[in-house]
Amino acid sequence: MRLLNKTYSKLFAALCLSAALAGCGTGRNSFNNSGMGYNAKPGSVQDFTVNVGDRVFFDLDSSSIRADGQKTLQRQAQWLNRYPQYTITVEGHADERGTREYNLALGQRRAVSARNYLASQGVAMRRMKTISYGKERPVAVCDDISCWSQNRRAVTVINNAAQ
Amino acid sequence: MKYQAKYWGFLPLAVLSFMTAAVHYGRAQVVVDVSGGNFNPIPIAITDFIADDDMGQKISEVIAADLERSGLFRPLDKSIFLENITNPDVPPRFNDWQQIQAQGLATGRVGREADGRLRVEFRLWDIYGHTQMEGRQFYAPEDSWRRIAHIIADAIYRKMTGEKGYFDTRIVFVDETGPKNARIKRLAIMDQDGANLSYLSDGREMVLTPRFSPTRQEITYMAFSGSRPGDDAPRVYLQQIEDGKRELVGRFPNMTIAPRFSPNGQKVIMSLLEDDGGSNIYTMDLTTHQTSRLTSGSAINTGGSYSPDGGKIVFETDRNGKQQIYVMNADGSDQKRISFGDGSYSTPVWSPRGDYIAFTKLTDRQFSIGVMRPDGTGERILTSGFHNEGPTWAPNGRVLIFFRQNAGQESELHSIDITGRNERRVPTPHGASDPAWSPLLD
Repeated sequence: MRLLNKTYSKLFAALCLSAALAGCGTGRNSFNNSGMGYNAKPGSVQDFTVNVGDRVFFDLDSSSIRADGQKTLQRQAQWLNRYPQYTITVEGHADERGTREYNLALGQRRAVSARNYLASQGVAMRRMKTISYGKERPVAVCDDISCWSQNRRAVTVINNAAQ
Repeated sequence: MKYQAKYWGFLPLAVLSFMTAAVHYGRAQVVVDVSGGNFNPIPIAITDFIADDDMGQKISEVIAADLERSGLFRPLDKSIFLENITNPDVPPRFNDWQQIQAQGLATGRVGREADGRLRVEFRLWDIYGHTQMEGRQFYAPEDSWRRIAHIIADAIYRKMTGEKGYFDTRIVFVDETGPKNARIKRLAIMDQDGANLSYLSDGREMVLTPRFSPTRQEITYMAFSGSRPGDDAPRVYLQQIEDGKRELVGRFPNMTIAPRFSPNGQKVIMSLLEDDGGSNIYTMDLTTHQTSRLTSGSAINTGGSYSPDGGKIVFETDRNGKQQIYVMNADGSDQKRISFGDGSYSTPVWSPRGDYIAFTKLTDRQFSIGVMRPDGTGERILTSGFHNEGPTWAPNGRVLIFFRQNAGQESELHSIDITGRNERRVPTPHGASDPAWSPLLD
């Protein structure tokens, strides 16, 4: 599981960098393009991350859910409503262009914003936790704008997946 | 915790002043104004302290390095000294030292007591006033020789600048290794000159923003637990430096971040990441465990830092759009914005002297370190670049350490004078961030 996530993150970052216009950020497009995910068992964590898309992206200093993010969260909510055995943690992240404490607070705001959107789509609050990593856990690693926009994200992590 | 400081704590250190007739001097001709304008470092002669081994030279080198690094002194090359000090108990030949333009002269002697302790004697001479400005004697364990040198450097700094020194201090910071997307962050502590580095955590959990207690051998910081995400929220902790024991600060429903001590060490101020997405500032009394909330609403309120008298708190908030610096009373009343420049302001920290607030300022593509007065006037930017963040004050309120990262490079610690002069790299073994300066150890 851990290994898969890592591979996934790296691959995701690479895809986004090479195809910035190809709908990066919806998750679905990237992975359909990659040819992965067709074998994911419905209801599995792989199904969620690959076919549904586990993350949404934010504008600079913002915690508003963008139109593309709303689509992703709607898919997440449908999936979570179909598989009620799962609980989730929504992780909020910020890019590196901010100070440490503010970015932790901003990550919280993003996580809460994504969680509240899921709640509005019928996912029970008691199934959801939030955590903020601020700027401490970037997925894309470089020193320019292409990376920073990938790091401003909220990621939905399935907590109680069968291994 | 397996990791502990190599040595730390209150040294059994006896300090005696020499009783000499000339200690009191009426003239202050070598006292310099360090508050601004152009400045030429004070030429000073630091002789090798007389000793049976190399300890005298080692102590003199640490003193000279401290004074040189401050930017206020220019230790003279020993090869130009005309007088060879053989008896530090008698006045030097002042004319010989005047000829090489020394304004001050430090001499001394190192001996060993029967129980193995070092005995270090030190005198500071005013070359133009022909007087002894300072005379002291120290007893300490052999392995604390660097501390004695720092205490002597502090004494020289104080006598010759009129300001308290800051050399007998330590820095706690976050040591960073590994790739950016899997960074290992460990708590580390070292002397202000980079010596005697040791680790206070093992790197298994991510730690951020350590701060010194002003009164005890204690730090507060925030840590992400090593367990699975969501199982245990990241929290503010308190940790004893000597034995590594730690405790959670407060029982809050969510993550707590950005801790700092109150000036009397009785409270920790920190921010709670609220369930509605906002962040608010709380304090917790470490004795009664009582908590109080000082800000409210769904904005980001964080980065609280007390004034040295404990009466006020500076903090940052984005309640009116961008992050700005505000000041409030210690009970949360009378919250007033003080920063009004372009860009946004973050990480405010009140000087231990009370006269300035240091901050990180974010403009278009620059991260700067600056200072302003507590009423928001007199803003000055000290240094700018790709990324500079998180200033911390020397106990005398004259020098700041912050961390800097140039694009694509490791994060480093740097020091700078509040006048914007004398920027220096502070040596660390790896990447380093989140520095916090200790008070004078005493």
